[in-house]
Amino acid sequence: MYSYTDFDAAFLAERNAQFRAQVERRIAGHLTEDEFKPLRLMNGLYLQLHAYMLRVAIPYGTLKSAQMEKLADIAERWDKGYGHFTTRQNIQYNWPELRDVPDMLDALAEVNLHAIQTSGNTIRNVTADHFAGAAADEIADPRPVAELIRQWSTDHPEFQFLPRKFKVAVTGSPHDRAVIKAHDIGLRIVERDGEQGFEVVVGGGLGRTPMIGKVLYDFVRSEDLLPTLEAIVSVYNLLGRRDNKYKARIKITVHENGIEDIRARVDARYKLIRDQFTGVDQQMLSRIEADFAAPTFKSADTAAFDRAYRYDPAFQSWADTNLTAHRNPEYAIVSISLKAHGKTPGDASARQMRLMAQLARRYGHDELRISHEQNVILPHVHRGDLPSVYNALRAEGLGTANIGLISDIIACPGMDYCALATARSIPVAQEIATRFDELKLEHDVGPLKIKISGCINACGHHHVGHIGILGLDRAGVENYQITLGGDGTEDAAIGERAGPGFSADEIVPAIERIVMAYLDLREDREETFLQTYRRLGLAPFKSALYPEAKADAA
Amino acid sequence: MPKAFKPSVITANALLEGDVVYLGPDGWVRDLADAEVITDEADADIRLLEAGAQADTVVGVYLAEVDNSSGTPEPTHFREAFRAKGPSNYAHGKQETA
Ligand code: HEM
Ligand code: SF4
Repeated sequence: MYSYTDFDAAFLAERNAQFRAQVERRIAGHLTEDEFKPLRLMNGLYLQLHAYMLRVAIPYGTLKSAQMEKLADIAERWDKGYGHFTTRQNIQYNWPELRDVPDMLDALAEVNLHAIQTSGNTIRNVTADHFAGAAADEIADPRPVAELIRQWSTDHPEFQFLPRKFKVAVTGSPHDRAVIKAHDIGLRIVERDGEQGFEVVVGGGLGRTPMIGKVLYDFVRSEDLLPTLEAIVSVYNLLGRRDNKYKARIKITVHENGIEDIRARVDARYKLIRDQFTGVDQQMLSRIEADFAAPTFKSADTAAFDRAYRYDPAFQSWADTNLTAHRNPEYAIVSISLKAHGKTPGDASARQMRLMAQLARRYGHDELRISHEQNVILPHVHRGDLPSVYNALRAEGLGTANIGLISDIIACPGMDYCALATARSIPVAQEIATRFDELKLEHDVGPLKIKISGCINACGHHHVGHIGILGLDRAGVENYQITLGGDGTEDAAIGERAGPGFSADEIVPAIERIVMAYLDLREDREETFLQTYRRLGLAPFKSALYPEAKADAA
Repeated sequence: MPKAFKPSVITANALLEGDVVYLGPDGWVRDLADAEVITDEADADIRLLEAGAQADTVVGVYLAEVDNSSGTPEPTHFREAFRAKGPSNYAHGKQETA
């Protein structure tokens, strides 16, 4: 874990003092809202539908127990006792009052957390694979380089006023759990002739014009990475459309100019600036890598696991869905579901946050991760400790065995909180989860990703959901558009629109029809929803969705 | 022909708490039922200017249409209905104190 220097701490203290003075001046009437708004946004403070919203960055999703406990304290003291974990590895507080926010930022700074660059047209929180440093399939831990990118980009003078916000994601595994192809820049650690380097993908993004990123370079050596990133972002800074907000993302720049033209420009820029990178960044990277050294794993008896697995069906079911292979076979990666049936996806109460922190301290080498799928991960738990961990989780409503299943839904806040929304997302997620829990079909259906957004901005990643749901406003009524076949992994794909949208009353039955059609159509239990969809295409799902249209045509 | 003016209220968010407020006969109120319903366009323009000038207490002033047929203003769009009530996943926001 990266340890902050005195310089970092002083920087945060100064930023917070500055913002405290700005809030005081706003309340005293010395700053207008027009003057104040950019200042508050620079510190992650939005004004939403019912209240302010403070967005706190969790860099590459990594937290220590003490940090999680501080998030819980803040939720209890200045908010309504809970926080909302988002798809960008942030936590959002939905109910702070303006005059409390400087105190909240100071409390965060005590554990080296902040809200800088969680808004605005800058390089945002760098996200990473939530199994980083633990996954069995990993080539290298992506977090040191994510930290290096964070240090390079934070307050980078050239990149504070980009044409639009800019998102970077990193994975160290061939299996992409960070959705790198839907980011402005996606990085994947790869190996060539025994040397580690980076595949660099640019121009992916969701929003109103979803696009899958294109490979700009298939291998960039580690020491050339920062100058390459600097060259890409400066080319985009010059070329990106500033005349039209909706065309300002790098995905449009790449689309309009073509990847070859972009590559030629990046190459040229790279030649100009390469010499400015004298290798200091590589020294920094070595220091950061040392900070991220793997914990010392123990070797102990795993009989407790085997016993619980054999005699406790609830534990068995949880172990089957919520555990992932660790690179140390005696250990497992635990995914804690924040998707209990009928609850708000991504929300955790202060009590739950404290419990997860305690479990991480006692059984998990003090490490927690936040996934872009709005769950919490304990990356390193010894198998012998898993029954204790599970029992403790279950007692706080955190034992749901549904990771990767139909009720493990990503849902953006939608019109229940977000000022940009055109419809609600949360109740749709709650109803789908509750419905399939009643049907007791969830485990039979198997891996299936439903993702819901309350507007075209696509925070809920609906374009890359196996089943995507987009909430729209049709003449003052909530309406839901379905897309099918999206995928956010290394085989990334944008979902296809299924046809006309559904009203709030019709959407859950419509999803049920799709799932029932899948159960009929699959070759066997091994064939997942996505595989069936890829084999058969949209047509059979469309006729399940719109039976009347089929009858009319017949 | 210009669109007929529909009954409306003036709404905004409170500067300190951020929550939804409405312009009442004697200043800002928290409950839509206490809002002043404006039926005349010229009147609305003046009241909007007055409200916009109170930038030290509220943020983002605008006019929202209401249905006043029952004598108590009701939202005509679901977005305003959520603003008037609070989120649907928890009994937070306005519904907490209602
Ligand atoms: C609560 C209020 C929020 C506001 C006002 C907001 C604002 C926005 C806006 C304006 C966009 C569109 C950007 C574009 O043009 O591409 C966007 C996209 C996005 N936001 Fe949010 N957001 C909010 C909450 C969230 C939450 C809760 C999440 C995660 C659950 C999130 C993650 C994202 C993601 C992943 C995108 C897609 C960006 C892309 O790849 O194009 N945002 N957001
Ligand atoms: S998708 Fe739209 S409604 Fe949902 S959080 Fe993002 S901006 Fe808000």
